[in-house]
Amino acid sequence: MPDGMQTKTARTGTAMLEIADLHGFYGESHVLHGVSLEVRQGEVVTLLGRNGAGKTSTMRAVMGIMGKRTGSIRFQGTELIGMAQHKIPRLGIGYVPEERGIFSSLSVDENLTLPPVVKEGGMTVPQIHDLFPNLKGRGSTQGTRLSGGEQQMLAIARILRTGATLILLDEPTEGLAPVIIEQIGVAVRALKARGFTIVLVEQNFRFAATIADRHYVMEEGHVVDMIPNDQLQANMDKLHTYLGV
Amino acid sequence: MFSLLGVPPQVLFGQLLLGLINGSFYALLSLGLAVIFGMLNVINFAHGALYMVGAFVAWLLLTYAGVGYWGALVVAPVVVGLLGIVLEKTMLSRLYKLDHLYGLLLTFGLALILEGAFRHQYGVSGQPYPIPAALQGGQNLGFMFLPNYRAWVVVASLTVCFGTWFAIERTKLGAYLRAATENPTLVQAFGINVPVMVSLTYGFGVALAGLAGVLAAPIYQVSPLMGTNLIIIVFAVVVIGGMGSILGAIITGLGLGLLEGLTKVFYPEASNIVVFVVMAIVLLIKPAGLFGRER
Repeated sequence: MPDGMQTKTARTGTAMLEIADLHGFYGESHVLHGVSLEVRQGEVVTLLGRNGAGKTSTMRAVMGIMGKRTGSIRFQGTELIGMAQHKIPRLGIGYVPEERGIFSSLSVDENLTLPPVVKEGGMTVPQIHDLFPNLKGRGSTQGTRLSGGEQQMLAIARILRTGATLILLDEPTEGLAPVIIEQIGVAVRALKARGFTIVLVEQNFRFAATIADRHYVMEEGHVVDMIPNDQLQANMDKLHTYLGV
Repeated sequence: MFSLLGVPPQVLFGQLLLGLINGSFYALLSLGLAVIFGMLNVINFAHGALYMVGAFVAWLLLTYAGVGYWGALVVAPVVVGLLGIVLEKTMLSRLYKLDHLYGLLLTFGLALILEGAFRHQYGVSGQPYPIPAALQGGQNLGFMFLPNYRAWVVVASLTVCFGTWFAIERTKLGAYLRAATENPTLVQAFGINVPVMVSLTYGFGVALAGLAGVLAAPIYQVSPLMGTNLIIIVFAVVVIGGMGSILGAIITGLGLGLLEGLTKVFYPEASNIVVFVVMAIVLLIKPAGLFGRER
């Protein structure tokens, strides 16, 4: 569907990311079994599901960090399957991995400025410091000496400079104190207000419910349901069954 | 004339200078090994052979093309670096998913092939290489005689070593290198072509060996076995300094060269083994090396 972009008038925004029948493999093990989902421009969409449901693998498949992928992943109409791994982020996709990936041999400033700017319109360092005041004045600190919450902020912050328009956020609240989760939530809402499109992997759907427009529920390597955020309350029982909480 | 601990100063400083020269070569070579190990996780056994190739390229340039020392100082590292990039692209890059041992075996085999080929062609007796005219002669410092060429070798290799250290630890390009050493997958996910970086890093690391070869040519003779003799000590230096540590490689290289020199003065019988004794002690006390981080 090369001109799938033209459906934008029918929807709230242009389709930014379209995944269709995605299968993914790590070596011999088949981890994604036909994932299909769509993220529109300016949306915040979460992937919910239990451990091992394929949420992180879906993100890694988008970034090309996966042995073999079949099916289709389109970003603004461009097919990502078969594209060289280092070219994918250059289209304007920023990835914040679950383990945060702060480099211990780099200072905070070096971590912040490491990802190359791929598009115009990225945030400036002062703007980033306004969003994450904790990072201000910490430039020469070793990256991994920051607290867990600050490392998470840094992992998000370094993507904002690059001009990426789609951000893949893998479990930004994992292992953080409630007060820090609150701060991350404020930041993600601010990013949404700035027009970033965000895909969020979350275990904590109470957190997800405060920011997301829609939720995709994953089970055993594929999407089993899609729940708009305003219907979340009505679907609580179903969601509890899916997530086993 | 004064004497120190019963040793005439000419002897002491002469050996210290010799130690400093050897240390400069240890530093240059172990620096290249450390850079390569950090990025590729490959223990580059071909390093000594590529050092020898650097010296031979200088000698061949002089003998067959009339290109002198200063030209060779630029051309030989480039030739060795390009050779390294070809070896990395065609062979080493296929081994990254396997155990480190395979990289070691491959590079060991390459070293044997390179040395065998040069030995077949040029025999084992060394080829002399003249000291460039501008660096002939020396200075009488009062307490010792300092040959100009040897002073140049120490200054040049220290400059290259600390330049490399600065580039890796203090520049943007170095930040990419350090980051890719830690987590290549994520650096790739930021849009950086890591395989190309890896090739260039290997090329740069072996180019340092090639440069050391050119610097060594006028001091030692150019011989197919010159690398084999040196590389064992250089590996000991890398182990003592800590695998992958840039500053560790430089400081340990120089320090062990000096230690060797001092041993030659005070207890010559031990000078050939002192480096290995230090290695054994360091491994017992601090297995990750003096500057290495525990993994």
